[in-house]
Amino acid sequence: MIQSFFNPEIIVAAMPIVLAGLFNTILLSLIVVPLGLAGGLVLAMLASVKSPLVRWPLMAWVDFFRAFPPLVLLVLLFAGLPFAGLELGGFACVAIAFFLNTGSYYGEILRAGIDSVPHGQVEAARSTGLSGLQAMGYIVLPQAVRNVLPDLLSNTLEVVKLTSLGSVVAVPELLYQARQAQSITYNPTPIVMAAVIYFLILWPLVRLLSRLENRALAGRG
Amino acid sequence: MIVSAKGIHKHFGHLHVLKGVDLEVAERELVFVIGPSGSGKSTLLRCLNRLEQPSAGSVTVDGIDMLAPATDINHARQRIGMVFQSFNLYPHMTALGNVALALRKVAGKSRAEADALGLAALERVGLADRATHRPLELSGGQQQRVAIARAIALEPRVMLFDEPTSALDPELVGSVLAVMRSLRESGMTMIVVSHEMAFARNAADRVVFMDDGLILEQGPPAAIFENPAHERTRAFIGQIQRH
Repeated sequence: MIQSFFNPEIIVAAMPIVLAGLFNTILLSLIVVPLGLAGGLVLAMLASVKSPLVRWPLMAWVDFFRAFPPLVLLVLLFAGLPFAGLELGGFACVAIAFFLNTGSYYGEILRAGIDSVPHGQVEAARSTGLSGLQAMGYIVLPQAVRNVLPDLLSNTLEVVKLTSLGSVVAVPELLYQARQAQSITYNPTPIVMAAVIYFLILWPLVRLLSRLENRALAGRG
Repeated sequence: MIVSAKGIHKHFGHLHVLKGVDLEVAERELVFVIGPSGSGKSTLLRCLNRLEQPSAGSVTVDGIDMLAPATDINHARQRIGMVFQSFNLYPHMTALGNVALALRKVAGKSRAEADALGLAALERVGLADRATHRPLELSGGQQQRVAIARAIALEPRVMLFDEPTSALDPELVGSVLAVMRSLRESGMTMIVVSHEMAFARNAADRVVFMDDGLILEQGPPAAIFENPAHERTRAFIGQIQRH
């Protein structure tokens, strides 16, 4: 049992490979989370435009990418784009797929947050001469983000977990590296290492999320 | 005339809320607008700073055509302060933050200048000692006074009050009215939508009675309260005074 799953020699041998994967997972998260948030912010702000010319395409976009499995999207981009003359590589494909997929999720969360801010806030801001964008940036968004912080964090957790999909298109992130190490050593210990590392980086976020959710519940009561 | 609204119509879908309202206000005048709920008082006020876009008519404030497409509305709104029934303070900022924001972002003052002017405005409403408090740590009356400070900090030429005391507990109304009175004494032009008849009686220059989207009659408070010309005005004032 110890020899198969917690083999000390293999832990030592595989550590550099697995840590290189951890580095890439963190790098990937640091790219796809802000990218998704930025895309979501644009979608959420477009959602306040009343014109049907914006509204309908926006709804179709968000619905499509929320209904489309991110793994399928990723494989489609990776396998399909070269035929369109675009050789982007795994890393860029993951970034694009996540931008499309998680951007739509972040967008819906932020839209709900913006809707939760009373309209009187915007009116007060506009009455003092702030522009619509200034009112959004200084008054609405800070309150909106605070109101949906647990949902934003929860989605971010999902995004970090989903970076393991990158292994499918040979992005050397944590899971991919662990599998490499496993196939070299003929031992599942590296996979266990990856699992433990995922847990260690995500667990503090999960704790934080519970605390935020409890506080939100208390605030509501 | 510092405020001149002519032929204002406002439709909300098939609702015809304002049906051709003319309102002229002279500098330093305090005009009180009264009338039953749904008569269009608040909508009229909101048309003056274009929080609502009138369906027809013209609005000039301090010589600026508020409805012209070429008018920089954000610049023009600095001259027109507005106070809302529900205060609408920014809950994520301190009292001073609320007051200083537009000074920095609209009037272009430095942070130090904006803070100094903001503190002076809070001083005028008697709340300089609450500068670092968040709105939720203040009473309703204090919140409304911060909202007044937020508006007057920009040194507007006209102040609009949309039922400023309606959301307040009765014992807190007096402090807000006191601030409004001192503002009046400093020579501010004010247009006030409110049911505070006692205040109207001894502070207003003119009382305007609105009903069903029209101004039915207007005149000095004594004339409107003691001797209204219209049956509708008489009925409304009788109702208010019975409370």
